Amino acid sequence: MSKEKLIDVKNLATYFHTEEGTVKAVDGVSFEIYPGETLGVVGESGCGKSVTSLSIMRLIESPPGKIETGEIIFDNKDLTKSTQKEMRKIRGNDISMIFQEPMTSLNPVYTVGDQIMEAILIHKDVNKKQARQESIDMLTKVGIPLPEQRVDEYPHQLSGGMRQRVMIAMALSCDPQLLIADEPTTALDVTIQAQILELMNGLKDQFGMAIMMITHDLGVIAEVSDRVAVMYAGKIVEYTDVETLYANPKHPYTWGLMHSIPHIEKDVDRLQAIPGSVPNPLDFPQGCKYNTRCPFATDKCREVEPEIEEIEESHQVACWHVDKLEEAKAKEKKEKEKE
Amino acid sequence: MEWQEVLINLLRNKISLLGIFIILFFVIIAVFAPWIAPPASPRDPYMIPRAGWSPQPKPPNEEHIFGTSENQYDIFYGIIWGTRTAFRVGLIVVGISTFIGITIGTISAFYGGMVDEVMMRVTDIFLSMPFLVAAIVLTTILGKGLDNVMIALVTFGWMSTARLMRSQVLEIKTEEFVEAAEALGASDMRIIMRHVLLNTIFPVVINASMRMGSIVITASSLSFLGVGAPTGYADWGQMISFSRNWILGTQGNALQFWYTVVFPGVAITLFCLSWNLVGDAFRDILDPKLQN
Repeated sequence: MSKEKLIDVKNLATYFHTEEGTVKAVDGVSFEIYPGETLGVVGESGCGKSVTSLSIMRLIESPPGKIETGEIIFDNKDLTKSTQKEMRKIRGNDISMIFQEPMTSLNPVYTVGDQIMEAILIHKDVNKKQARQESIDMLTKVGIPLPEQRVDEYPHQLSGGMRQRVMIAMALSCDPQLLIADEPTTALDVTIQAQILELMNGLKDQFGMAIMMITHDLGVIAEVSDRVAVMYAGKIVEYTDVETLYANPKHPYTWGLMHSIPHIEKDVDRLQAIPGSVPNPLDFPQGCKYNTRCPFATDKCREVEPEIEEIEESHQVACWHVDKLEEAKAKEKKEKEKE
Repeated sequence: MEWQEVLINLLRNKISLLGIFIILFFVIIAVFAPWIAPPASPRDPYMIPRAGWSPQPKPPNEEHIFGTSENQYDIFYGIIWGTRTAFRVGLIVVGISTFIGITIGTISAFYGGMVDEVMMRVTDIFLSMPFLVAAIVLTTILGKGLDNVMIALVTFGWMSTARLMRSQVLEIKTEEFVEAAEALGASDMRIIMRHVLLNTIFPVVINASMRMGSIVITASSLSFLGVGAPTGYADWGQMISFSRNWILGTQGNALQFWYTVVFPGVAITLFCLSWNLVGDAFRDILDPKLQN
């Protein structure tokens, strides 16, 4: 792609130095986001996806957390070397973030308007009256009815979906270039989820921003992403565009995830799940971190960790045995044909 | 909950209303003291006028409606002007020590790490000293006088607020809205002022209200023990200390000098009670678990 990158994360590693040992929450992650696109980051709980986003915002609590190596290039600057003062100018202004829990992400003692105005007042040179008008405009944009009335209401007077809309309004009030959405729909019920995703897609075009969508829900990824990074145990294991990922997953972990989605047209007695659980981050296995759960694991996997490599154009995979997965897929296809 | 709402609830609650009435009553007495009990010498109104030199208290009469205490200090005058002393000691000591406590507790919890460690160990050192003994020692070192009593009470009175505040802030600090504010680019100062303090201040306010009463009692005990206000100063604790030798009355008439204890005692009790009533009601209103 010849487009200029909006943000370029190179070999980012964030460790947490705890009393029990070092937790390598993010261990050498590289990706980039182009203006106006949505990058989906998917993975199980504890795979490091939230830590990646907090590292970009430089909101890792330190100590115990520390960005060990890597660069985060945004606007020709390396955010890992920025001071907190410089970061405060970027947060909410160039890069903003929405969180998982709309119930607790709003301060209960302030009105909705007060909270949307906060970002505007921090970053823009406007007076309170103008800021209030801008926050009413924002509420209109995120589809809240009667914004003039809602602006003076308290968070507890709003429903979960409404609150997430308010959070989005807060995040977008200063027209950011990148919106990091950390599981924005996980706490909402399914119908509201769809509404919020639709809203975010619409606003993305309207504001011309890029979105980094963090989720564990492959359905959400399919709906909104242009490209996807699959994370496992602090690393990106597969990185490609969304069509390729669903049509042709190359990493056994991605393949396993796809198999564990229930399909409405298929009637199975038992859902296929990936055996075992995510390894303890204090005690990762040697070699490929997926080797304890991978059906194709060999001695090589247990000894040497594969680096992420481009196996075809814009499709990166970190696996020694892409060929074995292909064989398994072919076998599966044959069996299906037999039926 | 909003301030207005809290205020309305406070006024609706019968217990707190009673407390508020008693406090108001004392406020009126304090404000109108120069009219209720005109001072003999306007230059030093806090010195209780003496009606003679006899050591034995005299019972209430027309001239001295609450009677006179040991050495003929007028009890009524002492109570009226003592109200001002009580408010002064209470408000200044509670105000300053609460401010110190809030500052230390908030900074300690918000920044954590070494800052927290150092500040909390200092707090522990202060806490390890028995309050009354430490206050007496410090007042003795500084010299007798009400100002020094207040300094001593502030010095050893901020720790509970600091700890309370610290635990509150630790709880709020992890809330997502604090993180969200940080993600919006808010500075530490702004986060503390806007998001942390308002969500943590109520328990401290309740605690401060309760302490208003107890601080006045402590100041009175210091006066009673003789390290407080100078002799003859209008102070409830001193009024009671005047009665120390007369509490038991005379043989066959134990209650002969009742007025020397009862009037100042009632004043202190009512004052302390009223603040506790308001504090209690405050807590009931603000504790969501007790609501409905």
